[in-house]
Amino acid sequence: MNPSSLLCLLAAWTLSPLLLGIINRTKAVFAGRRGSPLLQPYHDLLKLFRKDLVISRTTTWVFVAGPLAGCAILGMSTFLIPFGGSPSILRFSGDMILFAYLLGLARFMTVLAALDTGSSFEGMGASREVQFSALAEPTLFLALAGLTLSTGELSLSGLFSANSTLHRGGMAVPLALIAVALFILFLAENARIPVDDPNTHLELTMIHEVMVLDHSGPLLGLIQYGAALKLWVLGAILWNTLWPFSTGHNGADAGIALVGMMGLAVGVGVVESVMARLRLLRVPALLTGAGALALISLIFIARL
Amino acid sequence: MTIDILWILFIVSNFFLLGSSRLHTYIRVISLQGFLLSVLPWFSEGPVSGHIVAMSLINGSTKGILFPWLLSQAIRRAEVRREIEPFIGYGSSLFIGLLGLLTSFWIGNRLIPPTATSVFTAAMALFTLFVGLFLIMSRRKAITQALGYLVMENGISILGMALLQHDPVVVELGILLDAFAAIFVMGIIMFHINQEFDHMDTDRLNQLKD
Amino acid sequence: MIPALLLIPTLAALLAFVLPSVRGRRVTLVSSALAHLVITGLCWIRRPVPALSGWLSLDPAGLLFLSIASLLFTTAAIYTVGSLRDESPERIPSSREDDFFFSPESENVFIGCLLLFLAAMTAVTLCQHFGLLWVAVEATTLASAPLIYFHRSPRSLEATWKYLMICSVGIALALVGNYCLTAALAIDGGADVSMTVSELMRQGTSFNKLWLKASFLFFLVGYGTKMGLAPLHTWLPDAHSEAPSAVSSLLSGALLNCAFLSLYRIHQVCDAAGLGLFTQDLFRLFGILSMGVATLFLLSQSDYKRMLAYSSVEHMGILSLGMGLGPLGLFGALWHSLNHSLSKSFLFLTAGNLLTFYKTKSTRQIRGILKKFPITGILWMAGFFAITGTPPFGTFFSEFTILKAILEQGRIGLTFLYLGFLALAFIGMSRIFLNMSQGEPDETVPSANARKEPWIRVLPPLILAGLSLLLGFYLPEGLMRVLQEASRYIPG
Repeated sequence: MNPSSLLCLLAAWTLSPLLLGIINRTKAVFAGRRGSPLLQPYHDLLKLFRKDLVISRTTTWVFVAGPLAGCAILGMSTFLIPFGGSPSILRFSGDMILFAYLLGLARFMTVLAALDTGSSFEGMGASREVQFSALAEPTLFLALAGLTLSTGELSLSGLFSANSTLHRGGMAVPLALIAVALFILFLAENARIPVDDPNTHLELTMIHEVMVLDHSGPLLGLIQYGAALKLWVLGAILWNTLWPFSTGHNGADAGIALVGMMGLAVGVGVVESVMARLRLLRVPALLTGAGALALISLIFIARL
Repeated sequence: MTIDILWILFIVSNFFLLGSSRLHTYIRVISLQGFLLSVLPWFSEGPVSGHIVAMSLINGSTKGILFPWLLSQAIRRAEVRREIEPFIGYGSSLFIGLLGLLTSFWIGNRLIPPTATSVFTAAMALFTLFVGLFLIMSRRKAITQALGYLVMENGISILGMALLQHDPVVVELGILLDAFAAIFVMGIIMFHINQEFDHMDTDRLNQLKD
Repeated sequence: MIPALLLIPTLAALLAFVLPSVRGRRVTLVSSALAHLVITGLCWIRRPVPALSGWLSLDPAGLLFLSIASLLFTTAAIYTVGSLRDESPERIPSSREDDFFFSPESENVFIGCLLLFLAAMTAVTLCQHFGLLWVAVEATTLASAPLIYFHRSPRSLEATWKYLMICSVGIALALVGNYCLTAALAIDGGADVSMTVSELMRQGTSFNKLWLKASFLFFLVGYGTKMGLAPLHTWLPDAHSEAPSAVSSLLSGALLNCAFLSLYRIHQVCDAAGLGLFTQDLFRLFGILSMGVATLFLLSQSDYKRMLAYSSVEHMGILSLGMGLGPLGLFGALWHSLNHSLSKSFLFLTAGNLLTFYKTKSTRQIRGILKKFPITGILWMAGFFAITGTPPFGTFFSEFTILKAILEQGRIGLTFLYLGFLALAFIGMSRIFLNMSQGEPDETVPSANARKEPWIRVLPPLILAGLSLLLGFYLPEGLMRVLQEASRYIPG
């Protein structure tokens, strides 16, 4: 195990809520407000963990297990993610499939917990979440398949390692397409505009937020921390695709990657500020479009 | 490399058509495809000939400028509502488009045009043709059928541009197809389909059936 | 002679567009039609010299279809003069209400387009170059669309829209066929040959097979749409039933043949390139499918013009089937196209008369035609026998030839399907035709006075009916030779 990998893992665990803070600050600046401090998400998490739990009498153990397992699974996924030129702690051929299914499993746990409340609102949110992720998942696989095909590497760390062939000549166009597809996926998976609005409190239009309405205190804290981790891991994949270069120096690479992640967060903030949420009926079209982009790049890579 | 960007723009524009709900988006995308087509002849092999310049100019001016202008006139004149109103939803349309893309590449990989500048020519032509046909079948309005026809015609032109060096005469017949399409668009204005049928929905055209 | 064949109708059309006098226009129509017919007749005596470096020339198949088109056009022209006169609002004040009859304000356009239509069909029969052929077929669509829209009723608008939309898609696909043909020529070696039928046939097997197959498929779908092969036939019943009857007779009798001729040309090229078995399979498939689909719709028709239109789909199926059966089948198909054209067009003209007399297209409201309008009634019954292939009409013998071709190839299943569909069509049509012709006239249904049928309305169908009957008894030597040359069938 190399020390820089461990540092990167720690960065994922500690810095991921910061991304949420950056997004919120960006939105505030766009709206002409001063906005909450960058570290506000940490305060929110601490506050939630100090609070008491309120659990509905109609729920079962699944309701509690959902957030616990969800957060733990997302925590596991951080072990698979290479960052800033350092390989991940766990790496093996085909770990990208494990990664995709860890995301799926976390989602499954959230959905189960939502269904366990027996509330129709939560059920509605769960159904939407499942529908959209069914469209999003093939896109992730197509994008990863495209990257794999272009490098011949079967592990995430191999894909994005310094000596991978991801940035050889002629790959710019397909890589850009994959990056666009991954960016749409990144927004959709993290319940961001234009797919979902994290700030909305109108149940009829919500997807992700509506599923966790009944959770409170530490459970809600776990869910929010899990969401921050998911933002981090998907952001890391996206950033690695956007910046498949290496300076040869570990520290410099990690610094560039950190700045890149912040940049992504600002990007999300900008998108949320300038775009409106799509009508729910149009979301599948967006996700299929992302899949189409990934497929196109796959076709072009297969030819190269 | 450069031609790849052109192809990707074509594919993306086709998916835009499948997923878009606004008539004006359609017209802009079709105009974009017209301009892409005007660039395409320059990629054909061999020395720059008069045919290349002519086709480039004709494609740009008719498909890039004239048709979109005529169409927006038709829309204004006929007071069409601006939404597309599909028989098949946008999500499913995109999905069918994906299947079409795969099939086109599957067939197109077997049909490599002579002296190919790009192995994707036949596949791209087939895919655009497919999208055009699909739009004709799955969209409700008379005017969207005409739009679908234009898309289909663009697909045919892609194939034509690849053959420009071999038989310019036959390829230039495609211009007549343009003329045909122009008559189509004019026909919508002149036949006053909207006046005869309240609005231009072709599913109202259902008196004649068995 | 070739320039004359093309120029006479074109110039006459221009004249008809501008002539202010009603009489002048009608004289122009009939006289140019007769002139065209005379020149076509001369072509039988001496083949015209090719024009435009061989792009335009008259081969046996072209001559056959040119003669059909010219003959039908002449009778339709005479008939049109009668129907324009009979159905003008002065004669029948109520004619605009039911939207069945001409609105005379656009007679200029109607006659002009009719003549342009003739010019376009003539061009189709003359074109040896695939590109030019495509232009000519496109021109027939454009020239005939205003003819279908002539009544200016919502129904005819719907028919015109479908006709234009579906046929243009077909035309566009046929252009792809042209492109693929170019590619098939160019891919190996890139020989610089002209795309005329004879040049291409001389190329023999030097084509790229894959592109040639693709080309054939696109041509088949493209021109097959125009020919009304199922499942691409959906526009045909609408267009053929909503058009004025003289136009219907031309659409069914002459235009469908033009599309058939186009398919015949590409078939020739594919055959020479060694793809004959591939194309024949597809022709048989589309043929039997068209027969089946058309027969199903024939069984439950309540509109007699639609019934005739579906019968056209059925007969196009027979032609396609015949083309898929080698030289003897092709011989039968070409012969059948002649017989079908004659019978179908006199049926449509007679149907036009019925429409004028009864002002309805519903088969249920018409009874006892034989009693009330004897000549029309006899024509209607004769048409029934002719179109269902009953001896002694020519259709029987040509359908029998195709049956012989099927049996010679030992296709038992196909034999049963072919005979079964023919029998079903006979049953379906006999119900309609007999109910309309026999019985006592229903006096509650308003109809024209039982006045004498005007000669100008019954003479054209009578001529065609006579020819149709004559062909059953006697096949002239010259015609026989043309059919044999076109199908390369050498009787054993």
